Formats: sequence, C-alpha cells, structure tokens
Amino acid sequence: MGKDLLEELAIIFREVFEDETITLSRNTTATDIEQWDSLTHIEMIVAVEKHFSIRFNSMDLKKLENVGDLTDMIQQKRGA
Amino acid sequence: MLEFTRLKNNLKKNTEGFTTIRLALLCDSSSQHLNLALKGYGIDRQLSLQIYEAEYDQIEQQVFDTDSELYSTNQEAVIISKSSHKLLDEFYVTSLEDRNSFAERKFAHLKNMFFVLQNATKATLIHTNFQELNDQVFGSFASNVSHSFLYQVRKLNLLLMEEAQARQGFFICDVQSLTTEHGLQHVLDQKHLVKADLIWSLEFLPLLAKNMVGLIEACKGRLKKCLVLDLDNTLWGGVIGDDGLEGIQLGDFGIGKAFTRFQKWIKQLKQRGIIICICSKNNEAIAKEVFEKHPDSILKLEDIAVFAANWNNKVDNLHFIKNTLNIGFDAMVFVDDNPFERNMVKEAIPELDVPEMPEDPVDYLPFLQALNLFETVSYTEEDSLRTQLYRQEAERVSYQQVYKNENDFLDSLQMTAAVSTLNSFSLPRAAQLSQRSNQFNLRTVRYTETELEAIAASLNYSALVVSLQDRFGDYGLISFIVLKKISSAELFIESWMMSCRVLKRGVEHFVLNQIVAVAKKLNCQTIVGEYIPTPKNELVKDHYAKLGFRLNGNYWLLDVASFADKKTFVQLAAAKNTNEVISA
Repeated sequence: MGKDLLEELAIIFREVFEDETITLSRNTTATDIEQWDSLTHIEMIVAVEKHFSIRFNSMDLKKLENVGDLTDMIQQKRGA
Repeated sequence: MLEFTRLKNNLKKNTEGFTTIRLALLCDSSSQHLNLALKGYGIDRQLSLQIYEAEYDQIEQQVFDTDSELYSTNQEAVIISKSSHKLLDEFYVTSLEDRNSFAERKFAHLKNMFFVLQNATKATLIHTNFQELNDQVFGSFASNVSHSFLYQVRKLNLLLMEEAQARQGFFICDVQSLTTEHGLQHVLDQKHLVKADLIWSLEFLPLLAKNMVGLIEACKGRLKKCLVLDLDNTLWGGVIGDDGLEGIQLGDFGIGKAFTRFQKWIKQLKQRGIIICICSKNNEAIAKEVFEKHPDSILKLEDIAVFAANWNNKVDNLHFIKNTLNIGFDAMVFVDDNPFERNMVKEAIPELDVPEMPEDPVDYLPFLQALNLFETVSYTEEDSLRTQLYRQEAERVSYQQVYKNENDFLDSLQMTAAVSTLNSFSLPRAAQLSQRSNQFNLRTVRYTETELEAIAASLNYSALVVSLQDRFGDYGLISFIVLKKISSAELFIESWMMSCRVLKRGVEHFVLNQIVAVAKKLNCQTIVGEYIPTPKNELVKDHYAKLGFRLNGNYWLLDVASFADKKTFVQLAAAKNTNEVISA
C-alpha cells in the first residue's frame, strides 16, 4: 500500500517538477528535487489534492517535512 | 494532469515562427504563476509572449517613475491587476465618513495612473476589474448603505467600465464575470491566498490567462469574423428532410426552446457584425423553407451570408464559404452537433475552430458562451451591416457572370469613391480596418485610435480614408492609406490596406492616383513603397511592381513627374458629409 502510494505520487512529482527521473522514498525532501521551490510546491499540493480528491488544511501543510509526512496525510484524509 | 501544469510544460516547446508579443505584468499580489500561465497559454495560441514581470506590489512605483524598467522596453501591452482583497484592506483603514466616496477616490487614482501610462507608452492597457465580494458586515443590507464595501466595489467596477468606453486603448479583463461564471470557491484557494498571497487558484489561472491572451490577440487583429452552422440538430431539433416543417423542434415548446434561445444569440452576434453562414448536408430548397416559413425561426434568410446546403462534403463547402467571404479559416468557427463531421473537418482544416459540442442541446448556448469565441476590441455601426455587405457581394458575383468582358462589368458597376481625411467619424473605422485587414495589407501596421489621432494631428502625415459604393450598395470604408513625408522630396507609404471585399475592382489604381495627387501637393518627387511579407499578405507581393514602381533595395520607388494617371472605373465622389456615408 505504502509503496503504491509513493509510485502514484512520483507520477505527479515528475509532471510538476518536470523531471522524468524522480523516484520517491519517505525521506525525500525539497532539497532532493531541483525544481521543488515555493512556487512549484503550491502546484504540487494542488495537483495532489486534485488527484486524490482531498483537501489539505493550512495547519497540515505547516507540519509537512518530507514525502513520508505527505503520504501519511493523504492516507489519513482518504481514510477519514 | 493539472491544466496549469500542462501550460507550464508548454514552455519547453519550440516556439520558432511564433508571433512575439512584449508585455508587462504588474500585480499587487503574487504574479509568478500568472506569468507562467500566460506564457503557456500563449504557446497554445502560437504566440511567444515576452513578459516583463514587475516586482511584487510595485504597480505605482513602476508607472509613476518614467525611468522604471516598465518603460525601458517597447511594451505592446501592459496588464495591471489589483486584487479585491487588497482593496478591502484599504477600505477598512478608510475612515467611516470617507467610505461614501471610496470608489470615486480610488477611481481618480487609477485614472491618473492610466493617464501617466498612456502618455509614456503606446502599449494597450489592460486592467482587471474587482471581484464584488460581500464582506457580510452588513449582510443583505449592504445594498441599502452607500458605505458598504459591496456598494463601493460595484461602483468602482462601473466607473472602470465607463472609463473603458471613453478611453482609447484601454480594456477591462473582467475578473468579476469570470468569478460569477466559475464560482468564488473555485477562483481562489484561501490557504494559498493567506500563505502565498496567490489571489487566484491554480485551477482558475488558465482561464484567466485565456481571457487576457484573448484580449491581446483581438488587439493584434486575430479575431473570429464568421460563424458557420450546421442545421439539423444544431439550429433546430430533428431532421427537416424527414420530420418536415411541422415536425422539427423549434419554438416555445419543450426542447424547441433550447434551439430558439441558441438562434436568438446567433442573431445578436450577427447584429454585432459576425458573419453567419450555413454548411449542412441537406436539400437546399427544403432547408431554406425553415428560414422562410417556420414561424418560430428567429434566423431569417437575410441573416445568412452564404447558404451552403447540399450533398457535397462539408470540407468542400467550408472551402467554398471561405473563398466567397475572402477570409482565413482561422477567422471562422464551425458548429456541428455531429462528432463524425467535426472530426473530418478538423482533420482536413486544422486552423478552423471546431468546438466539441456537448450532447444535450440545452448546453449548446452556455457552452459556446463560456468559450468566449468572439472577442473584439472595437465596434462600429458598420459592423451590424456586414452580413448585408456580403449578401450584396454574392449578388454582384452572379451579375458578373452576365458580362464577358471584365472592363464592361466594372464600368457597369458605376462605382464612386469618397476620399476623406481622418476625422471623428472615419478614425475608429480606419483603426478597425487596420486591426482586421490581413491579406491586402502592404506593411500590416496595426493602429490604435490613439495612434491615429496623433497621425491626424501631425504635419508630416497625410492619411486617406476611402469608402466605395456601386449600383448594388455601399461597401463602407474599404481602404486606408497612411502617407508620411520622410524628406523634402520623398513621400513614404507607411500603410496601404484594402478590404478584400473590393478586390479586382481596380480600386488600387484609383487610390494610386490619389496618392500621387497628395505627393504633388506636398512637392514630393518620389513615392516610396515597401512590402513586408507576413504569412497572410502574399496577395500583394507584386502590388508595387504591377503599379509601375521600380525596386531599389528593399523599397519600391515611383517617380511623380513621369507618372500618368491610371485608368480607373471608379469616379471620385464629391465630398460628402459623414452622415450620408452611414445612411447611403
């Protein structure tokens, strides 16, 4: 389950950050991905929200430190 | 994929051969995403937008400092966007007694800014209007009090519209209408608004970019001029050949209402100057009967410029319509309910706009309205007569077939032309011709009304505005020539354009005689012409050669002293007053 979600996210990341070689682990952070800045971050969040039909709240986003946090948040929102 | 991401990824595409447009983007909120969306959507439209993006919230600094980066490049358009949220902040720090006049004072400030901008640059000015937010401080009672934000923001929007009606080269990007259409909750995302000062959601930005680019394209003369319609299940429900006049669905009953509403809208477009044509697989006589006899048909035969109902394939018919009207496929829209026909047409004519119509006829109208196909930046009374002009042309074509000799035909037309200078009547029409004319246009200079006012006032310039009529009717303003004295002995033809409706009438010979007369009056010995090729003006590649100019480098020269007046079938009309030109 966790693995599949990472792969699903990777597809979105490759589009948004314009890099076909991106692979994700729970430890991936913005420093690992060249195009990941404050502008593309917003785009990534919107793309993830749309893809999973969920809505993050701004408090969630503040706590976001790595891809692992993101997958946890997605699972929590989807489970709810 | 997000539409925004698709647009952003467009930026990787090769833009070779695209038209370049330089524009400045000034926002009081975060503008980087809008910048990307504009460039990306531009690439969809084969435009390479070179955008100068001002620093965050630096609108006034950029505009009022004439040494600012804004003025360092020749911008063709300046887009200014101010957010309603910033406006609301400003409103809240305004004292209660001053809130009654908040809109007026804000407007005076904006107007001053427009004035400064337009004095310093020739750029087209595009300003977003404000979202009419109700902060619910007064609830519904906001309408009852003049110092509510809702009242003041609505008033400000109205003042901006009035300014757009009065000020040349100034256009509103109607964010408020777009917000009504898509819903405020989709237009903004509160968390990005709060955290990143991003006032438009990423979902909305592509729509906003489309609207802004549409306006800029219209300024550049990229307009839709013609709507071509299928008949069965497009303009009425059912099949006229099978169901008969009484059987088709049209009028006040059931689903017929959807088609009636659609026809009413088409009629309005026709009155605005969009040319309406029919392209349908049908028996012509039976199809025409609906327009002549059906009591609920809003559209009548005289509303249709070219009626192509037959059993030929639609691609051939569309070519026929295009050739009759003498316009490009990129200026036409084809509406057909049948996906098979649409695909065939799209494949054969990729530059034609063929909307993917919804299946349910009740959705036709809102769907097409949302596409905003018929953007324009000008409107004159003559526009409403356009279909009539094209119908007259069709009559002339059939009349021409009676004459074997072309000169006899031209003579029989009894053409008279009026030549005037730029005045309050002719100026908007001349500007419009310069924006619309692509084929018979030697240098394709697009003039705004402001630029023409400057030309009219300049001693170095002489402009000729030519209107034509013949025994069949009035063509209106058909040719526009801008002459510039570039030295004591040389008169340069800065622009020479003509409506393609009057091709092959020998009007260019008549016009050349007029140009030579101007040269003589200004004591110029040489007339200098230039042909600047575009993808669309090959028609006039040999224009100057045919008229007896000789090539010298990139320019064409004509010696005034040795020039003998060209034979022409066009009589010079006595100077008329402007009212007659309209009513004739």
